[in-house]
Amino acid sequence: MSEGEMARLMEEVEEKKKLIATIRNKPWRMKRRLVLLREAQQFVDKFEGALGKGKGRKWYAYKVMMTKKWIKFQRDFENFRTACIPWERKIKEVESHFGSSVASYFIFLRWMYGMNLVLFGLTFGLVVMPEVLMGLPYGSIPRKTVPRAEQDTAQDYSVLMDFNGYCKYSVLFYGYYNNQRTIGLLKFRLPLAYLMVGLGTFGYSLMLVIRTMAKNADVGGGDGDEGEFTFAWKMFTSWDYLIGNAETADNKYASITTSFKESIVDEQENQKDENIHLRRFLRVLANFLITCSLGGSGYLIYFVVKRSQEFANRDDLSWYEKNELELIMSLLGLVCPPLFETIAELEDYHPRIALKWQLGRIFALFLGNLYTFLFALFDEVNTKLEEEGSIKNASIWAMKEYYANFSLPVNDSDATPPPMDPGDVILGPCWETAVGIEFVKLTVSDIQVTYLTILIGDFARAVIVRFLNYCWCWDLEAGFPSYGEFDISGNVLGLVFNQGMIWMGAFYAPGLVGINVLRLLSSMYYQCWAVMATNVPHERVFKASKSNNFYMGLLLLVLFLSLLPVVYTIMSLPPSFDCGPFSGKEKMFDVIMETIDLDLPAFMGTLFSYAANPGLIIPAVLLMVLAIYYLNSTSEAYQNANMELKKKMQMARDEEKNRRNNTDSTNQVMKDLEDLLPNRSLAPPALPEPAEKPKEPEGKPTKTRGGAAGKGVDLQKDVSLASSNPNAREPVTRAPGARGRGQPPGGRGRGGPPPR
Amino acid sequence: MGATASQLDTGKLSEYEELTFLTKQEILLAYDRFDKLVPKEEKNRIDYRVPMEDILELPELKFNPFKERICKVFSTSDKKDGSLDFDDFLDFLSAFSDSATLEIKSHYAFHIFDFDDDGTLDRQDLKKLINCLTGKADKTSLTPDEMRMLIDNILEESDIDQDGTVNLSEFQHVISRSPDFVSSFQIVL
Repeated sequence: MSEGEMARLMEEVEEKKKLIATIRNKPWRMKRRLVLLREAQQFVDKFEGALGKGKGRKWYAYKVMMTKKWIKFQRDFENFRTACIPWERKIKEVESHFGSSVASYFIFLRWMYGMNLVLFGLTFGLVVMPEVLMGLPYGSIPRKTVPRAEQDTAQDYSVLMDFNGYCKYSVLFYGYYNNQRTIGLLKFRLPLAYLMVGLGTFGYSLMLVIRTMAKNADVGGGDGDEGEFTFAWKMFTSWDYLIGNAETADNKYASITTSFKESIVDEQENQKDENIHLRRFLRVLANFLITCSLGGSGYLIYFVVKRSQEFANRDDLSWYEKNELELIMSLLGLVCPPLFETIAELEDYHPRIALKWQLGRIFALFLGNLYTFLFALFDEVNTKLEEEGSIKNASIWAMKEYYANFSLPVNDSDATPPPMDPGDVILGPCWETAVGIEFVKLTVSDIQVTYLTILIGDFARAVIVRFLNYCWCWDLEAGFPSYGEFDISGNVLGLVFNQGMIWMGAFYAPGLVGINVLRLLSSMYYQCWAVMATNVPHERVFKASKSNNFYMGLLLLVLFLSLLPVVYTIMSLPPSFDCGPFSGKEKMFDVIMETIDLDLPAFMGTLFSYAANPGLIIPAVLLMVLAIYYLNSTSEAYQNANMELKKKMQMARDEEKNRRNNTDSTNQVMKDLEDLLPNRSLAPPALPEPAEKPKEPEGKPTKTRGGAAGKGVDLQKDVSLASSNPNAREPVTRAPGARGRGQPPGGRGRGGPPPR
Repeated sequence: MGATASQLDTGKLSEYEELTFLTKQEILLAYDRFDKLVPKEEKNRIDYRVPMEDILELPELKFNPFKERICKVFSTSDKKDGSLDFDDFLDFLSAFSDSATLEIKSHYAFHIFDFDDDGTLDRQDLKKLINCLTGKADKTSLTPDEMRMLIDNILEESDIDQDGTVNLSEFQHVISRSPDFVSSFQIVL
């Protein structure tokens, strides 16, 4: 086979392969596609073999085989991956009963579970396991032992519930980890691993959230104007095909009808001539009230944290006083959102806008609470840091005393005294563990409050409505309490903020991620059961599809906000002197410097020191700023081009409409163009141009035909000929016998073919 | 269907994987469900067509207002009675799967909404569509006036060439801008 033939054959084979890959995109029926597929595959098989023979083709054959294997591997991997996704059946059941918006919450929950599982794997595998397997056991050094004073209460249930006692001195918290540079046979660098895992948690979460956002934005299909196709979309896209339950279907019918009626009314109605001033005043009042309540809740939390610091010094605390902080925070999260909703009745917004305001306010509430809590916590940290100084002195003094006392009974002064019993050493306040304990307690109380709310607010309510209905005056099911609806936005926000707390606390309490994984797992089953057993489908079904990216955006914001405190502490607060993997260092990130100095080859150290040179960093920052500016201006240019194209499409559409309706062109540009063109009915001046390339197709003469042609050419036909492409005509040099096929009018108009 | 009566053979399975948007598990599940609808005496027949009444009993379709139209659109039977064989069934699931493209979905959606099968959505089709969407109960249906206004608005929005009907490309143009269509036009077994 010649080279040219080979190339052509290869091209054909490629085409057939492309056809096979895209065949499922064609809207044909199965039989036709099957036939085509078999044909294409036979062709490919036959000729690929032929192409693979010959000297230079071994590489081609090998490449083809590898591609096939790769495609097969990809497909198997995809199948395996979809098989591994848990809870598909459960979510599908929820979807068929409640529609896609409620199911989107559970899909979000499952996504979070996946992310937390990965984070847990990282933390567990790289930090917890090495310390447990290769580090020193419990009781060997002071930081790993319960102090003697607390030892008799260390096993009490109440102490454990507070995460003191044995819990405090375990792998759950920062303080347990030893600061040895390398541990075990493998010379595992635990402090470095701890820091890297802490930062890697944020890096991985960031990457995952952004990737998911990008994927969702793709599927969203760009930004169509909100009001462009309201009616058409309501008609064609409002039915949810996943509904598989009679009650949900009925609800859906009702909501579709309501939305039709509403949009008809909206369309007809003029702007309501209401009192704008009253409305504005009410809105300002509502915002004022809400700001007040936000401020109030912030202050309440601050106050409670201060009180809990006082409580820490006392011993005779009731259960309420011990858990006051967490209780107040959870209660605020429960009580304020309905309060905001009632105040928002004053504002009288369109439901979708009202929902956005509501979500924004709940977000502000949670954020404010979290940050107030953090600031109060930081006050505590600073107090502990001050305490540290004095405890350090006290413990050194105690050590000296111990040695001094010990040498007395033994006459042989060469014997070295055994080290002090770990339980006796005075431990520093270890602020990191204290912070970790606070976060863990907060998370646990949050879990408890959520589960209790579901139990009481949904389950008990459903039981009461169902069974008390038989002996109550009014119809409980239709009237006042009735069954609850699933609160999607509240639950999603709760999930997002819970994740924020985990991100903040995971650095100080590595066990927190594990607790969260357990929580999400149990939450999935518990909430699925609760929704199916106690909730009813929403009356007003609103499409939450665009909100997918909204919640991801919230998650991203919360991620950044939880990154800030952790990075601040890593960079500027000194670690405790006697607990945790960074004890003894000036700052936590010194461990990186140490690693670079000691573990990496010398040239890398010099490389890093060059990289840290301000002379290099400043140009790099400038370059990034320039890149951002450039990308910004490119994207603006694209947006402008987009607008132009849209306008053009609109213009073309209008032109089509007008042409169909046989009206004059309303487009000014088209009008001007028409004015410029010569009138069709006039005869043209004699144009000495060859008929092959006439300049103006419109200006073809028609009336003078009659004289020249002896055949009585139809005038109508000439007009239609005149407007099509004259370049397709025969040149006038043809003999007059060609007249029957339709000479170019230009030739005829001159009175005869030019002499050649 | 293949070597044994109750198994789909791997050659056909990989062909179906190539030709549809379904994964292997989904095809096998579809085969299982379809097999349950086939009566015992017909199990060995390839190309057995399950009659429409049985398909309409599937829980996924039972409460769908467009179930008869779906069966009619995806049926390739000569008698036009809405019966589906396994190939049609897979076509149906593939078009409604979540990896199907917008073009496929909008193509089939158009044909489902085209009640009189004339290739365009005229006023009669739209009227039937509205009636399907608002359910059978009296309190959820619209008055004739409201209906007329609704249809007028829809035609104004979507009918580009002003011929009083919505054809396939106009329909696809409208649908491609909608953010909800792909996610709501899904059926999962």
